[in-house]
Amino acid sequence: MSQAFRSSQGGRIDRSRPLRFRFDGREYTGYVGDTLASALLANGVRVTGRSFKYHRPRGLMAAGFEEANTLVQLESGARTQPNLRATQIELYDGLEARAVNCWPNARHDVFGFFQLLKPFWPAGFYYKTFMAPSWHLYEPAIRHGAGLGVSPKLADPDVYDKCHAQADVIVVGAGPSGLAAAIAAARDGASVVLVDDKPALGGSLQYEPGLVEGLPAADWLKAREDEIRSLPNIRVLGCTTAFGYYDHNHLLANELLPAGGTSPRQRLWKIRGRQIVLATGALERPLVFPNNDRPGVMLAGAALQYLHRHGVLPGRRVAIATNNDSAYAVAFELRKAGVEVVQIADSRGGQPAPLAQAQVLGIPVTMTCAPTDTRGRSGLQRVELHDVNGQGQAQPGTGRWLDADVLLVSGGWNPTVHLFSQSGGALRFDDQQQAFVPHRLAQAGHLVGAAAGQAERDIAVEAARVAGRDAAANRIVRELAPVASTAQAALWSVNVEAIGRGPSKSWVDFASDSTESDLRLSARENFVSVEHFKRYTTTGMMTDQGKTSNVNAIGILSGVLGKAPGEVGTTRFRPPFNPVTFGAIAGRNVGAYYRPLRQLAAQEAHDAAGAKMEDYGAWMRPAFYPQAGEQESATIHREVLAVRSGVGILDYSPLGKILVQGPDAAEFLTRVYVNNVRTLKVGACRYGLMLGEDGIVKDDGVLTRWSENSYLVGTTSGQADRIVEWMEEWLQCEWVDLDVTVESVTTQWAVVMLAGPKAREVLSRLDSGIDLAAAAFPHMSAREGRIGDVPVRVARVSFTGELGYEISVPWQYGLSLWNALLEAGKPLGIIPFGIESLMVMRTEKGFLHVGSDTDGLTLPQDVGFGAIIDKKPEDFIGRRTTMTPDGRRTDRRQLVGLAPVDGASLLPVGGHVVDAAFKAASGHTQGWVTSSFMSPTLGRPVALALVERGRERLGEQVQVFDGGKLLPAKIVSMTAYDPEGERLRM
Amino acid sequence: MLKIDCPFCGPRDEAEFRCGGESHIQRPGPHDAVSDAQWADYLYMRQNPLGWHFERWLHAAGCRQWFNLARHTVTHEVRVVYAMTAPKPQVEATEVRS
Amino acid sequence: MRYSALSLALNALSGHRRWKQQWRNPAPKPSYDVIIIGGGGHGLATAYYLAKNHGVTNVAVLEKGWIGGGNTGRNTTVVRSNYFFPESVAFYEKSLQLWEGLSEELNYNVMLSQRGQVVLAHDRHQVEMSHRLRNGMALNGIEAEWLSPEDLRRREPLLRQDGRFPVLGGLVQERAGSARHDAVAWGYARGADERGVHIIQGCEVNGFIMNGNRVSGVRTSRGDIGAAKVCLSVAGHTSQLAAMAGLRLPITSYALQAFVSEPIKPALNMMVLSPSAGIYISQTDKGEVLIGGGLDLYPSYAQRGNFLTVEAVTAGMLDLFPSFSRLRLMRQWAGICDVVKDSSPILGPSPVDGLYLNCGFGTGGFKATPAGGFTMAHTLATGKRHPLIEPFGLERFSSGALIDEAGASGIAH
Repeated sequence: MSQAFRSSQGGRIDRSRPLRFRFDGREYTGYVGDTLASALLANGVRVTGRSFKYHRPRGLMAAGFEEANTLVQLESGARTQPNLRATQIELYDGLEARAVNCWPNARHDVFGFFQLLKPFWPAGFYYKTFMAPSWHLYEPAIRHGAGLGVSPKLADPDVYDKCHAQADVIVVGAGPSGLAAAIAAARDGASVVLVDDKPALGGSLQYEPGLVEGLPAADWLKAREDEIRSLPNIRVLGCTTAFGYYDHNHLLANELLPAGGTSPRQRLWKIRGRQIVLATGALERPLVFPNNDRPGVMLAGAALQYLHRHGVLPGRRVAIATNNDSAYAVAFELRKAGVEVVQIADSRGGQPAPLAQAQVLGIPVTMTCAPTDTRGRSGLQRVELHDVNGQGQAQPGTGRWLDADVLLVSGGWNPTVHLFSQSGGALRFDDQQQAFVPHRLAQAGHLVGAAAGQAERDIAVEAARVAGRDAAANRIVRELAPVASTAQAALWSVNVEAIGRGPSKSWVDFASDSTESDLRLSARENFVSVEHFKRYTTTGMMTDQGKTSNVNAIGILSGVLGKAPGEVGTTRFRPPFNPVTFGAIAGRNVGAYYRPLRQLAAQEAHDAAGAKMEDYGAWMRPAFYPQAGEQESATIHREVLAVRSGVGILDYSPLGKILVQGPDAAEFLTRVYVNNVRTLKVGACRYGLMLGEDGIVKDDGVLTRWSENSYLVGTTSGQADRIVEWMEEWLQCEWVDLDVTVESVTTQWAVVMLAGPKAREVLSRLDSGIDLAAAAFPHMSAREGRIGDVPVRVARVSFTGELGYEISVPWQYGLSLWNALLEAGKPLGIIPFGIESLMVMRTEKGFLHVGSDTDGLTLPQDVGFGAIIDKKPEDFIGRRTTMTPDGRRTDRRQLVGLAPVDGASLLPVGGHVVDAAFKAASGHTQGWVTSSFMSPTLGRPVALALVERGRERLGEQVQVFDGGKLLPAKIVSMTAYDPEGERLRM
Repeated sequence: MLKIDCPFCGPRDEAEFRCGGESHIQRPGPHDAVSDAQWADYLYMRQNPLGWHFERWLHAAGCRQWFNLARHTVTHEVRVVYAMTAPKPQVEATEVRS
Repeated sequence: MRYSALSLALNALSGHRRWKQQWRNPAPKPSYDVIIIGGGGHGLATAYYLAKNHGVTNVAVLEKGWIGGGNTGRNTTVVRSNYFFPESVAFYEKSLQLWEGLSEELNYNVMLSQRGQVVLAHDRHQVEMSHRLRNGMALNGIEAEWLSPEDLRRREPLLRQDGRFPVLGGLVQERAGSARHDAVAWGYARGADERGVHIIQGCEVNGFIMNGNRVSGVRTSRGDIGAAKVCLSVAGHTSQLAAMAGLRLPITSYALQAFVSEPIKPALNMMVLSPSAGIYISQTDKGEVLIGGGLDLYPSYAQRGNFLTVEAVTAGMLDLFPSFSRLRLMRQWAGICDVVKDSSPILGPSPVDGLYLNCGFGTGGFKATPAGGFTMAHTLATGKRHPLIEPFGLERFSSGALIDEAGASGIAH
């Protein structure tokens, strides 16, 4: 079978360029310019999918976004993509696709027998059963039965881009009205972005016959294309689907780029418009009647698109069922293309305008007539028609069958209001048009063409020009006036009760497989609010989000409830209008660019030394430096002992550094720190704690006073950015009278921590001009000097418990300093050491580590700052919160040391402290171990823990509960190593 | 995504800003002159209006200045942008869409 | 009419024409013993337990829109009790136990699916915090298991373990899972209605009728209705209603977004939460991959989300599940969350006599639906706080006795 349904001429395809493709394992050919859908239709493939729930055979029913039946798994391997609509896939050579949710293929699906279960599976049936003995018994099978296509198993090999743009006017939709609006706006000098999902301009002009402003559509379009080319201030984005209309006129759109090469696969556009003109057209409604889902039943407008876009005939013998004039034009065009149109069944009475032309062409038309059933094995063969009355009720005794291989249906048109609704716009039900039309605007913009309910093309084009000029002038419209239109007669469904049948196979939502009987059941059970019946019947919840079903459902429900459709209401449309690939949403924010890590100035040296790098709060830092074959614990053991007995260096650059300056710097820091700041002398350092206003320990670090009005605040690396921002907030929002500036200098200074009893000797070998003698440069002081031409700052502070210096140089000298210290220390056996070794040493010494030894409940008095606060007269951030009844509780958890009773067992971090009598599996926690290591220095475990009333319980035996096991431990002092602090004063 | 008119830099994308929450909250003090209830009121109690909210924003990826604005918490319309130290302005009532 | 496979089969024979309304649409009476404002899961559950457990049936649930239309219908349906503090554990574990019997209790399938929730640990600190949490849970009688990277590879083969945030393991509560959100509201509504409760939709409360400091009724779009006791169960809109009674609360309302992919065949087994990437992800029974993240960044009553958040959350998801890059976003939505400082609820009486509060659940209210209703029903019926909610009173904000789960366990709720 080779493209048996291809017309002999016409269509915007290139018949000289055939393309091969495979669908459901069979090979076919199509042409450049085809979609997968049009190529399948050309090849006479009728069953193109299976329905979601009942696995009913389905065929193509639409030609665009709204296709609900033909979803495919495109390609295989890493580039496979599930659930794409065949109508939205441009055909390319070698394309391979399979229908989703069926096996082995759409034509022969082993799950086809599910159709027989339909009587037992009405809307919401799962709420009423599958309860005994437990949902868990049924769920796995249901999960496997649900879902459509399959996820790729491999990482996406493609890349995606993002692009930002702004324009005076964004126009969505390049049909006649969109083109007119865009050109009018641009002529008035506005910058315009014109977005359309198709590669070519023109929208409906690509396939709808007739004249525009007196010109044949193609000529009119050609003139507009020329005009656009002459206007440099119009930017056209083709193959770009606008999917989201967000606050402040922010439009999101997704551009599909040609496959192949190194170009990105898709580009996500984020466009801000001063005004947004929606020219999004209209969507045709299907007719609801029994077995309206048989392959071969198709929207009339879709057939016209296939004919004129792709040169594809929908079938050989076409019947048409409609309730409006638009389907007549389709009949005439098909007739012109040589297709036999066997019948137009019009549900209306009277004499519609196109009737005369139908008679001229010899197309039989029957009024007050509608389809009531279809037959055919794997596609439509026969259609049953009945006379209907004004309420759409089939009349007994009027039935007759008609041979046809295609039934084209049109139930009227809905303006495509999805983006409008997303923008916050309100709809109203228009009785004249029998459709929901845009009413009140919430954002600055306009609606034109069919999206505004305009049916007459020339009137719409002229109105669009006015709207374009208004948009360029930024005129604000708040409410849309009703447009003049001919009266439409709704036919929400063909009622077959009078002929003794039911609506159980009258499909309303093809994608989610819900029928009129489901809607009636939901109403019977009081699911009458739009949102209720939508959820109960799942109508509108599938991948097309109800594009062809929502309004019909509301119409049917309005009949059942005896309310006007406008009183039943619409659901609010949510983004996206069309599904968007997640890769495009993430853009380049993946892989190495996802939360990029900061690099140290001396990274090269760390790499050369074989450092094990780990992520510590946005920085990659050396955790330790293993030698060949060395285990982590052995490395840390070696590094700790080397520092304790000799000297080592650690890259300390990520530590936060904030310069606080100004006449009121001391006053400001007094309000920021728990500690007393005023007494700090120039050239001296002090360890301090900061709280949030909620009293919780926020951060700690060393404060250095470099001059009368200049302080350097040290913070933890993870909090550095946040603390600067926080200080700014206090200064700008609360204490506006203080004359202080704060500035982050974290990455201006590279810092090396030099620690160990031989630290002074190493430092003295670098000629910094600083007197390093203990008396001249005591612990907790800081000095400035120079090494050659490079300014250097040295603070004598310690986080290891050993004699220590933190040496700072401008960032670009970080690597030089590192190497110089290693070189200078070589004779003394200097080693580089990492964060994990530092953590062992500070735990041995009992130094607090904010974030490990504190948590979101820790007040300063819990970690030993009560006395310092008591001595401080001034208020400071968070002080009042430390004084609440809860803050004054005597049984608060306090930070203490913990030692295993057996002297050997490591107490696990995260183990909970329970009292010595604890035996059962559950009970009251008294706190938890916060830091714990095997101490290389002391040859026994050391640990810190937050324990209820810990400080008054020194010496008491407790137990540590971990994973059901209990370890006896004793509450001890926090400081296990050098409690007198002699080593700091060397 | 909102467009916010920074008083120092002009209109910029929301991504450059950070919202600091309700503005015009007076910090009581000093610590020893404040009751638990007063302190809790300052720390936790909020107007949280459905409608115009007077809040502070930081142009974090720009001039790093804080300023106030009036934003509608349903429509997200931004009506008045004003200095940190300026008093709360009047904002006319607006129809709310939900 | 009792629901079962048999009743379904019998009704199939009559074309499903005999099913009754799942709840009725009564006109409001002049007064009730108890009025519950808010027809979400919590409000309906409160009404149900008032009638079922306490015999208080002269009750009305007033709903501005349609029942289950607020956060009940706008969440990520996670049900779990893996909390840290004993107070939280006791409350949420009660809730989980009620969930476990709920389908049977209500004769309505709420599809509780206990597929397990795993909280990933991406660095040394998170591993330590996981152990602290696990031991804390164990002391409270709740099981949680540590999964090694190898275990995780077996259970979630599509989870990448060597991305920006390496996976060092994860803590799983196997009893955690999800439930069908709509069914919870409808099931409670049906149960409450059967027992005589009035569910009144399309009834907006505009004010309170006060008698001194005592509330004696509500003013609504359908007229004044008297009540001896009124319970607020309106999540993100609590501040608005409380203000009508002259109350200021420690609540700020934020939009929390979630979004789903198009449905695919099973690709994810558990609920996976990554504190570093700031996302949680699961797959619904229908096949949609369901993704949630953090709150939007400014106070909001708009039930729509901000795309910036979607971008950030998507990037986090793709770092952990790079193969989901070619799936497509199908729908996004947002709920309005009543966020308080310590992410724990406010349950019990308010400073206004006769007015009771069920709020402050922030992003975590869905899982608490049964326990919120159960304990508030007790409190409303007896006039005494249920013991489980003693610690969750409004007074904790001035006493300082917050129950800050996020602060203690490092896991956002």
